[in-house]
Amino acid sequence: MGHDEYQRYDAKILTPSFIVLLALTLIGFFLIGVRFVKGIGAVSNMSDGYPWGIWITYDVATGTAIACGGYAMAILIYIRNHMRYHPMIRSAILTSMFGYGLAGFSVMVDVGRPWNAYNFFIPSKWQANSAMFEVALCVMAYTTVLLLEFMPAILTYLEKTDWHTLQALMDRLHKYTGINRPQRMDERLESVKDLAAWLHPRLDKVLIFVIVLGITLPTMHQSSLGSLLLIASTKLHPLWHTGFLPLLFLINCMFIGYSIAILESIISCYAFRRPFELHELTGLARIIPWLTVIWLTVVIGDLAWRKQLGAALSLDFYSRFFLLEFCLVAGGSLLLFSGRKRSSIRWLFVSAALIVLGGALYRFNVYLIGFNPGKGWHYFPALAELMITVGIVAFEILGYQVLVKILPVLPRLHTRGQLDAGKA
Amino acid sequence: MARPSRRQFLKVMGITGAALLAGRSSADASEEPVQNYDNTLGMLYDATKCVGCKACMSACKRVNSDYGSLAYEKADFDKDGLWDAPKDLSGSTRTLIKLFKESDKQWSYVKYSCMHCHKPSCVSVCPVSAMTRDKIAGTVDYNKNACIGCRYCQIACAFNIPKFQWDKAIPQIVKCDLCKNTNLIKKGITGCAETCPTGAITFGKRKDLLAEAHKRLQEHPGKYINQVYGEKEVGGTNHLYLAAMPFNKLGLPVLKEEPPAEFSEKIQHTIYKGFIAPVALYSTLCFIAVKNMKKQDDGQGKQSGSGKKKGDD
Repeated sequence: MGHDEYQRYDAKILTPSFIVLLALTLIGFFLIGVRFVKGIGAVSNMSDGYPWGIWITYDVATGTAIACGGYAMAILIYIRNHMRYHPMIRSAILTSMFGYGLAGFSVMVDVGRPWNAYNFFIPSKWQANSAMFEVALCVMAYTTVLLLEFMPAILTYLEKTDWHTLQALMDRLHKYTGINRPQRMDERLESVKDLAAWLHPRLDKVLIFVIVLGITLPTMHQSSLGSLLLIASTKLHPLWHTGFLPLLFLINCMFIGYSIAILESIISCYAFRRPFELHELTGLARIIPWLTVIWLTVVIGDLAWRKQLGAALSLDFYSRFFLLEFCLVAGGSLLLFSGRKRSSIRWLFVSAALIVLGGALYRFNVYLIGFNPGKGWHYFPALAELMITVGIVAFEILGYQVLVKILPVLPRLHTRGQLDAGKA
Repeated sequence: MARPSRRQFLKVMGITGAALLAGRSSADASEEPVQNYDNTLGMLYDATKCVGCKACMSACKRVNSDYGSLAYEKADFDKDGLWDAPKDLSGSTRTLIKLFKESDKQWSYVKYSCMHCHKPSCVSVCPVSAMTRDKIAGTVDYNKNACIGCRYCQIACAFNIPKFQWDKAIPQIVKCDLCKNTNLIKKGITGCAETCPTGAITFGKRKDLLAEAHKRLQEHPGKYINQVYGEKEVGGTNHLYLAAMPFNKLGLPVLKEEPPAEFSEKIQHTIYKGFIAPVALYSTLCFIAVKNMKKQDDGQGKQSGSGKKKGDD
């Protein structure tokens, strides 16, 4: 695939939103420091009854689903062979990379003894019965795969760069401190360029196998994220505890993935003042209702089979959250069945947002809201705990914002509308 | 052009879905060989004999404080350093006596500590084998050198037994290990059972404890609730209970006989089929993707015509 489909977004990096996001990030990372010095209890409200709080529920279980844009787009493009969406994949992969990388980072903040994590690589410690083992290995592998998938953007940058910033920095250093340029610097930079140029076509050749790995791994660990709660049969409310948890989580991440791809495209086009990719978005929006209909059918069918429909409609605490989740997903999908609404940016945004909210609420319901360890236990995240999550999300957006201004990530503008031809 | 690939895609999804569904129908196919639990070690706690003196609690702290765990440096003493009465199991307390009082005539003490299940959920979920079950003694033990502190064992345990040290920079999981490395080696009996002045805690082989429990039920039919808690719960536990009050009122949950770990493992293993399923999925997807790429390269010349049509579809 030619990298001419993509372009750098030419704009200043230091914007007001950059400053705000940076501030939030710094607060978050400061609190992470506190957590490592004083223990998890010092910044969080987690307890022995609720050992998993907002970090696992949002950053890991929900965050990786929201980061499934890359996964969903890859299925569409490479497996269902809709190459016209190809220009959208790089930004989807970039957000996935941040989403997954930071989910992994959150896990390291959340676990109590992260220095023992090397045990995941020691076969005698492997524990194939544990869904957590599968999730951990898969998420690590997938983050690596995403990095590889994103490599072409970095290589293109390295091939084309004239090291402008670096040169300017060296000049300034020389001016103020008298440090001389390292000898043969230009030569070395040139060899980096050559290396990138050598590597790029070779990577392109095998990239498809990496991409397919990037489809297989999320299929595995997204379903396993559902399997994680299978064992909590006495604690998870029967509205959500079912043997179908893995299947429901898998379909859930797919429709969240397509919806988030729509949202990301609309938001970044709006923020970066680019024309909307309406044609592509309408196509994406056509797929979503089919997935949600399958998902909703499994949910209802399973509840009926386990005779829990009464509980679902009882309007107690759990039932209300269930109905809210259900209505958000169903409502968003209903909108997308209408062809006219599908071709309106506003309605696309509304329906995709409803579906992402509903899908995310499902994951919250399974991991937190429907989880009841017994009498006397309560959980609501502490402020510091929330700020750590906010900091991590801010860092994610910050990274995206900066990288699209440095690397060729966003679809090239002049190819829009005739993407099929432009790709060749 | 998109047609055949879509069919293939659906086929793949169909196969995956079928595998998922088959998992549920053929769930009982992969039964493990029946284990012999007669010789596993355990304790019988008779709530009707307990006077609530909490000597077991202090004995537990005394005998285990030196061993490996850093748990006991932070016991909640009063100002004089004389009285440590924790309210609940925690990162510094492995066993606990509680009083449940319904009325002046209806009350009971209850002792909490690890149940040492035959099919422990904590062992099943631990991703790095930090929780292990001794095959002969049946004791469920924790190894802090393997533990990553993910707390999945806490999510999984139906009895809420494993506790985490929330206020430590270097935390660990704390739970009863039947004095496996302390009193049991030195004296052949757990600290709590050794100390109990009223004989409310009996230590021994599960077979003998179970026989003793049923004997007591037979000899004093009106005295007890007619059930040995732990005989069948979650597939059986090594820690057994007798009581005069319904067990769920004493904070011991009503549980099914099927171990939750069996349910979750069956589903997980049927989906993965010993890693064959992921490999099959990967190869199928590779086949489709490479074919699509080839088609793409072949059709580059006449792309624009068919491309537009595809765009509208």
